[in-house]
Amino acid sequence: MTIPWDLIVIQTVNGVVTGMILALVASGLTLIFGIMDVVNFAHGELFMLGAYLGVLVLASTGSFWLALIIASLVVALLGAALQIVTLRPLIGRDPLTTILATFGISLVLQNYALWQFGPISRKIAEPVSGQFRLFYLEYPWYRLVIAAASAAIIGAFWLFLKYGRYGIWIRATTQDRVMAQAMGIPVPWVYTGVFAIGSAMAAASGVLFGPLVGVEPYMGLAWVLKAFIVVVVGGMGNFGGSIVAAIFVSLLEAYASIWVSPSQAIIVSFVALILTLLFRPTGLFGSAVR
Amino acid sequence: MIRRDRRLFWIGFAVILALLAAAPLVLPPFWRHFVTEVLIWGLLAMSSDILIGYTGLISFGHSAFFGLGVYGAAAALLLVAPPNLFLAIALGLVAAALVAGFVAYFSTRLRDIYFAITTLIFSQIFYVVIFTWTSVTGGENGLTFTRPGLGIPGLYVVRFTPVTMHWFVLAVVAVSYLILRRITRSPFGMVLQSIRENESRTRAIGYHVEHYKMVAVMLSGLFAGLAGVLYALQNEFAAADFVFFLVSGETVIYNVMGGIGTLAGPLVGAAFFLLLREALSRYFTEYYLIPLGIIFIAMVIFMPQGLLGFARRWLNR
Repeated sequence: MTIPWDLIVIQTVNGVVTGMILALVASGLTLIFGIMDVVNFAHGELFMLGAYLGVLVLASTGSFWLALIIASLVVALLGAALQIVTLRPLIGRDPLTTILATFGISLVLQNYALWQFGPISRKIAEPVSGQFRLFYLEYPWYRLVIAAASAAIIGAFWLFLKYGRYGIWIRATTQDRVMAQAMGIPVPWVYTGVFAIGSAMAAASGVLFGPLVGVEPYMGLAWVLKAFIVVVVGGMGNFGGSIVAAIFVSLLEAYASIWVSPSQAIIVSFVALILTLLFRPTGLFGSAVR
Repeated sequence: MIRRDRRLFWIGFAVILALLAAAPLVLPPFWRHFVTEVLIWGLLAMSSDILIGYTGLISFGHSAFFGLGVYGAAAALLLVAPPNLFLAIALGLVAAALVAGFVAYFSTRLRDIYFAITTLIFSQIFYVVIFTWTSVTGGENGLTFTRPGLGIPGLYVVRFTPVTMHWFVLAVVAVSYLILRRITRSPFGMVLQSIRENESRTRAIGYHVEHYKMVAVMLSGLFAGLAGVLYALQNEFAAADFVFFLVSGETVIYNVMGGIGTLAGPLVGAAFFLLLREALSRYFTEYYLIPLGIIFIAMVIFMPQGLLGFARRWLNR
């Protein structure tokens, strides 16, 4: 069997593009987990709602970038509201109860979307038309644009965490919740804020990814699963690790789908997960001993 | 006092068993079918309670065990002629046990949240395999088969009627309940509960926590597989949907609604959930999960001990 170099190059580009979006989803998830100890089962549904809001705003304003911003803001508000209503009463209880609560949220949101928008998948038009030649393909610029946009959002968030006033609050809360509270940081509101930021990141990735796949009520589960894999492989709560793992897993899947159908290619990332659990249960980039 | 408790338990058990046995004789066909289904889902919920309630591990992957039970029974019924009930049960259990062993080996390396996520991901692996391997599993269309009779093949076989099927399910579920109850009260069950309460201390005392967890997952998977076999026999149908995440999610809901760590609670939870679904789908049609999800969240927040735990606390007051 000769090695199909052209296909490998194409799939590398595809893998990096999907990986960047996945990194955006996963970093929201890992942020919420790292700081609040909450596994957000509803993350995929926030992603899906973001995509739907993108569809709606795009239809009424015609601007994709406006849709991206509005969808992120609305889902951030929704996330904050959900956190205040459902997760705040659970602070201090067994962290496992938060899985149950967010699972309940995901059921409600998924069925709400099904009720509101129907089962038929919708499309978001690509904001950047243009194509460039990649071997025999006309590769759309848009895909590179969304990869760059995801990277920009992640980068901006990283700068915010590092230098922003509230970013420092967030890091302080991660390090020592009680001490942060004692220093006057409003920890419950930091939690709400973190959940809102994570939700916004999910929504932004939903809007960005909308043009590549159809937007439908059940799209959340597939993405949240992938994001979970990434987060476990990257080391739970490890921000940088999950980004590297996102690209790694997406590349694996992209290469695998040269030979098998994409629905089976996901098994490759499952295998990556199993191998990680076997040899490095704390994740490839996790150093903390649990 | 303990003796009185025990007598009370057996009286209660006998009364409920008698009521459930009489149910198909007095209920109209729809509700008869409903009660049978509640028992099957209740068994699945009870099996999962071993992990959620007694070991402190939330499994979001019980659909894999359940689904493999369904498919194992289906395989036995389709491949072997004439179809044999006991072979179906055996193969269903073997299939579920193999999957459970596989999942247990990997997932018990992790705690809490990581366990929940890995069981979920494992069940999706099996879902993808079953969904895409159309030539064997029927994929989206599933497999249909006919229910075998009860008895010794070649000698004496009676065909199931809906009523005898109900009794058969009831017998299996009741015996499973007693076995599970015995297990949770055995020294082994005590170790599981101590893992739930304080894992590091249990380890420090000298128990090999991983082994205990592994056995707990396999045991739980075995009974989930049994529920799958019963479901296959009852509905004469196997489909990839039974391996899908939704089944696992509903299993967790039954547990939380009924009361985790009570064993009978999850069965009550299954009944409550299915009744709610019946009632709510009159008004909300197929979107019944919206109000049901809200009720579920409210119960997680305000009634974490579930219906049975709540009732028990209220009675003790």
